[in-house]
Amino acid sequence: MKAVLGFAALSLIAAVLAISLSQVPFGVDRMEVARYYLENGASDTGAANLVTSVVLNYRALDTLGEVTVLFIASLGVGAFLALRRRGEGSLPPASLIVRRGSQFLFPLILIFGAYIFLHGHLTPGGGFQGGAVIASAFLLMFLGQYEYSLSHRPLSITESLAGLTFVIVGLIGIAAGGYFLSNFLPKGSLLSLFSAGVIPILYVAIGFKVGAELAGIVAAMLGPRGEE
Amino acid sequence: MNAGNPMMYVGAVGLVFIGLLIVIAKRNLIKIIIGLSIMDTGVNLLLIAIGYIQNRTAPIITATHADTAKMVDPVPQALVLTAIVIGLGVTALALALAIKVYEHYKTLDTRKIRGLKW
Repeated sequence: MKAVLGFAALSLIAAVLAISLSQVPFGVDRMEVARYYLENGASDTGAANLVTSVVLNYRALDTLGEVTVLFIASLGVGAFLALRRRGEGSLPPASLIVRRGSQFLFPLILIFGAYIFLHGHLTPGGGFQGGAVIASAFLLMFLGQYEYSLSHRPLSITESLAGLTFVIVGLIGIAAGGYFLSNFLPKGSLLSLFSAGVIPILYVAIGFKVGAELAGIVAAMLGPRGEE
Repeated sequence: MNAGNPMMYVGAVGLVFIGLLIVIAKRNLIKIIIGLSIMDTGVNLLLIAIGYIQNRTAPIITATHADTAKMVDPVPQALVLTAIVIGLGVTALALALAIKVYEHYKTLDTRKIRGLKW
């Protein structure tokens, strides 16, 4: 009965949505602001990845908000899961191949994540994606090594320093350019690694911050582990 | 194919509704969180589909691909980048709550958790 009611309500919403979306043609050029970003993004910001130029130059303040949302989410996870008892059942230790394999892959995944956030202004990717890859390396270690545990302190120090870097870069922008997060570094030549002004600095900060936060979330969800 | 193919919209909105139906109909908290995640994916796909322009490519300048008149709208892509991160935060927080609920009630079935299902 409840499912039928729910299905009927959903059908009603779907019909309304279908009618309104049929007014939006698919695959046509319709945004004035998009044309501006496409034409002037590379010369305004020096970033070859125009999505990055929107995320970290035109709308960098929104990205600071986004980082804050992720921080609060990780804070919430930590607050909910901080005082957990150790689980009753204990997992058997992983086999030798899994243990050595995860140790072998761990630095490679870290390097790959660092590559993604260092090249965020040139190729697809950026701080959030690179941070997620770095956190996945820690997840692999958690799954592969039974007694592996992350101490909380280095994670929170990394996170705080990275967040501070973002804000300080923004404040230097006020001093140098007159508004928060203005670009005060030379733009460099397009398509080179050291280009786009403050964007690589911000993306490195975001990469560290997101990596530390997601690794902290994973650690909190797995709960206390290892030796007492 | 000037007006374009509405199947992208149908697929994206379909994902949203599959997720919504899961959230309404399922009893297991983990499945409800999976439904939320599917809804999230549908909304992201819808935004990207609205930003797509026929016969154009990703808005990234490379050495061989520098004509900005042949690129799609970067604004929805930047928005979806944000939305994915927010969705991740929502999922993580929901899973943390589910863990606490399981520890307290020893079940994830919403019928057995008092005061949760109407």
